[in-house]
Amino acid sequence: MITLRSDLHIHTLLSPCGDLDMTPAAIVQRAIEKGLHLIGITDHNSTRQAMLVKELGAEQGLYVLCGAEINTREEVHCLTFFDEESAISEFQDFIDKNLSDIENDPLRFGHQVQVDREENIVYIEKKLLITALHAGIDEIETEVHRLGGLFIPAHVDRTRFSLISQLGFIPADLRADALEISAANCHPEALAPYRIMFPGAFITGSDAHYSHQIGNHYTEFTIKDISLAEITMALKNQGGRFIKKLL
Amino acid sequence: MNVRELQQKLSLTVFCGGRSMEYEVSGGYTCDLLSDVMGHARSGNVWITLQTHQNVVAIASLKELPAIVLVKGFNPDTGMMEHAEKEGIAILGTDEDSFTVSGRIYQLLVSR
Repeated sequence: MITLRSDLHIHTLLSPCGDLDMTPAAIVQRAIEKGLHLIGITDHNSTRQAMLVKELGAEQGLYVLCGAEINTREEVHCLTFFDEESAISEFQDFIDKNLSDIENDPLRFGHQVQVDREENIVYIEKKLLITALHAGIDEIETEVHRLGGLFIPAHVDRTRFSLISQLGFIPADLRADALEISAANCHPEALAPYRIMFPGAFITGSDAHYSHQIGNHYTEFTIKDISLAEITMALKNQGGRFIKKLL
Repeated sequence: MNVRELQQKLSLTVFCGGRSMEYEVSGGYTCDLLSDVMGHARSGNVWITLQTHQNVVAIASLKELPAIVLVKGFNPDTGMMEHAEKEGIAILGTDEDSFTVSGRIYQLLVSR
């Protein structure tokens, strides 16, 4: 078994609120400098920049989970991750189908650009990415799991865009693979009330929008090797895989 | 005024009736943040919202809210309907937005 440091909540420059310096190469470099072995790319309502980060990461021994931070109809932010490229592309179609046709105003919300390896802009997302999808949290969970992905409601303890702020409490039958909790609530006493509401795993991440934030908060997984399947086992505390530490 | 009179006067759709239709309406609360409703709605209030998740019913039950009015033509989720039937909470609907239907309910309640 190996213990790996992961930060599964990182935005790229594609998110309107993501710094334009958050290019795939810069994210990979910073993650390695911070001693991370595994990162998750979670732009608001888009997976379009994630694959390039995965490719660049793979060249340098950094494992990258591709996904998105989805904003559900209830305005609950949820992290999603996929293994297969085909699943990511199918999920992107689902997002495109459910995203409101509201035009982004870059001066107000920020630029939404996708870059290539050479950091040329190859795509500008016209639709504002931070709006809520026309799909509820249960429908999104069902779609993510149909595609073999991970579904992790984000920062559940925050006073906005969280499961608790929007839906009052954690639904007893929620089929989440884990919940993400803010770093401030990672110690056992603060986590205790959340554990009562949710019997599964908790993770934390940086929610980095600027490169200096990458890896400031992380989750340590003890697993056999890096894959989505191994991470899933750790979240379920199966086969000797587990979450070692949240910081 | 009870929930049934309010429903009839405003011609609201009835998705789920139940025993709450006879309950007295003390006022209304208009909000889409469930955590806020949990903290601030008062017993007997009808709840005007666009949220259709099953947690809405759980909070209505906790706060003793007899009816939920879904706005803008939203339909309740399956889970919401099942829980409402079980809990006996009325789910009503309108094509109007929250501002308009809240105004109508307010007018009905203060005119009495």
